[in-house]
Amino acid sequence: MITVESLTKCYGGATVVDGVSLAIERNSITAIVGTSGSGKSTLLRMINRLVEPTSGRVLLDGHDTRDEPAYLLRRRIGYVIQGNGLFPHRTVAENIATVPRLLGWDARRIEARVRELLEVFSLDPATYAQALPYQLSGGQQQRVGVARALAAEPAVLLMDEPFGALDPIIRTKAQEDLLDIQRRFATTVVLVTHDMDEAFRLADHVAVMSGGRLLQYDRPAVLLTRPADPFVSRMTGLADRAMRLLSLVTAGEVALPGASDGPAVAPTASLRDVLSELLWCGADSARVVDADGKPRGRLTVAAILAHGRP
Amino acid sequence: MPRAATVLRLGALALLVVFLVRPQSFAPLFAPLTQYGAPPIYDQGNLLQLALAQLGTVCLAAAASTLVAVALGILVTRPSGAQFLPLSRTLVNIGQTFPPVAVLAVAVPLVGFGEKPTLIALFAYGLLPIFENTLVGIRTCPPAVLEAASGMGMSARQRLLSVELPLAMPLILEGIRLSLVINVGTATIGSTVAAKGLGEVIIAGLLSSNTAFILQGGLVTGLMAILLYDGMVALERRLLRPVALD
Repeated sequence: MITVESLTKCYGGATVVDGVSLAIERNSITAIVGTSGSGKSTLLRMINRLVEPTSGRVLLDGHDTRDEPAYLLRRRIGYVIQGNGLFPHRTVAENIATVPRLLGWDARRIEARVRELLEVFSLDPATYAQALPYQLSGGQQQRVGVARALAAEPAVLLMDEPFGALDPIIRTKAQEDLLDIQRRFATTVVLVTHDMDEAFRLADHVAVMSGGRLLQYDRPAVLLTRPADPFVSRMTGLADRAMRLLSLVTAGEVALPGASDGPAVAPTASLRDVLSELLWCGADSARVVDADGKPRGRLTVAAILAHGRP
Repeated sequence: MPRAATVLRLGALALLVVFLVRPQSFAPLFAPLTQYGAPPIYDQGNLLQLALAQLGTVCLAAAASTLVAVALGILVTRPSGAQFLPLSRTLVNIGQTFPPVAVLAVAVPLVGFGEKPTLIALFAYGLLPIFENTLVGIRTCPPAVLEAASGMGMSARQRLLSVELPLAMPLILEGIRLSLVINVGTATIGSTVAAKGLGEVIIAGLLSSNTAFILQGGLVTGLMAILLYDGMVALERRLLRPVALD
């Protein structure tokens, strides 16, 4: 649980972050979105005190983050940045072992953890443990960056535009990996992005920032149906807000009992994807089917459309 | 390193060693350069000892330059030491622009004749390349890497020792190499203030119009500089991992 209390940062006369308060739930993904210069990165960097707040405070599980030296605090918080910042003179294994080493773990425990993480991120230890960062592709470097941030099993993971430098295909894969990993390690993730699709895809809660102020902090669906400010609507996009809303609901959540001779869709598919599939096939309804072939019900076009309205 | 180049270097090293250990066997080679039956090989001292003395002086001075220049380079790249940058630059530049001969002239009245004034002159002369390279090396560390280091929870000291200095190391070593090579040649002037070195051989040649002596002093010094350079390059390759910083 991260509690941000009226956090403010001024540089000279300019206020970059202006009295932001929010409570981030444990084991959730929160996206901070905004245009460049909105103060979103500064807000994130005040959580691990890479930027010291001018006023206000941050509580981590009820403890003020200023109670310990900043570098000790940061060892408990994972941090991933755009361009990943891998140490170019250290091997992949050494990069991942950075924080465990700082914490003084014994060699065997570090080695086991590095191996585990390489496997989680589908990087074969035999091939990659001793490789240097420049020998990896962009996507692999990004995965090592996340693995390094997770090495010491932090409860909180901060990510500053972590997927910004990746091409669309690798980015989608990296986002899926993040969702898997967040569930697997039960990490609280705070992610800064300017990509609304990314925010809607990953986040349980979205914080919209503009000019240093927090305009709205809520579940993605609420941002669409009840925007607190015209700027929030502009950020989320007016033209495709119905489709965005559909993308937030999965087929499994809203499938109705009954049979259908339409195309089969997975319960994890979003209504947006199901609708697209139905349009493509010219069918009126889809069969929702589990991965092991068990029928879970059906979805009609009319039922889907009902979810695309506030 | 191409094989031919390695063979050439090893050959040069062998030639240098043989000449320093058994200079008299080269007498016929230098005899045509002498007049009136003057000795073709320097006979007023042991060439090997002179060469080693010169090398020792140069290495000692380089060690001192490295210590001071790297320490200064680190200091002025810390937030707390940034204000000392202009001052440090000026001092180091004076060290380079003030001619070593003049440094000798100033130093002798203060510390007397012999090794000491030479060490001072070489120390001052060798600071600049090491200082500037340390500065560039530390300053060109990729910002994302430094941010990551701090974000991981490294203290300022840990960040310096395990990220900034290792990344700056190729440039620092290059600076030391430049400083060493420049000073091997410069060290010969130390003989004007009675420091042991090959300058003695050159000066003796100048005083007695013996071209063979001048050539011997010059050639041995030149070969030492070249081999030192190559030795440092080989050392750098061995010490440093290939790192692509783009």
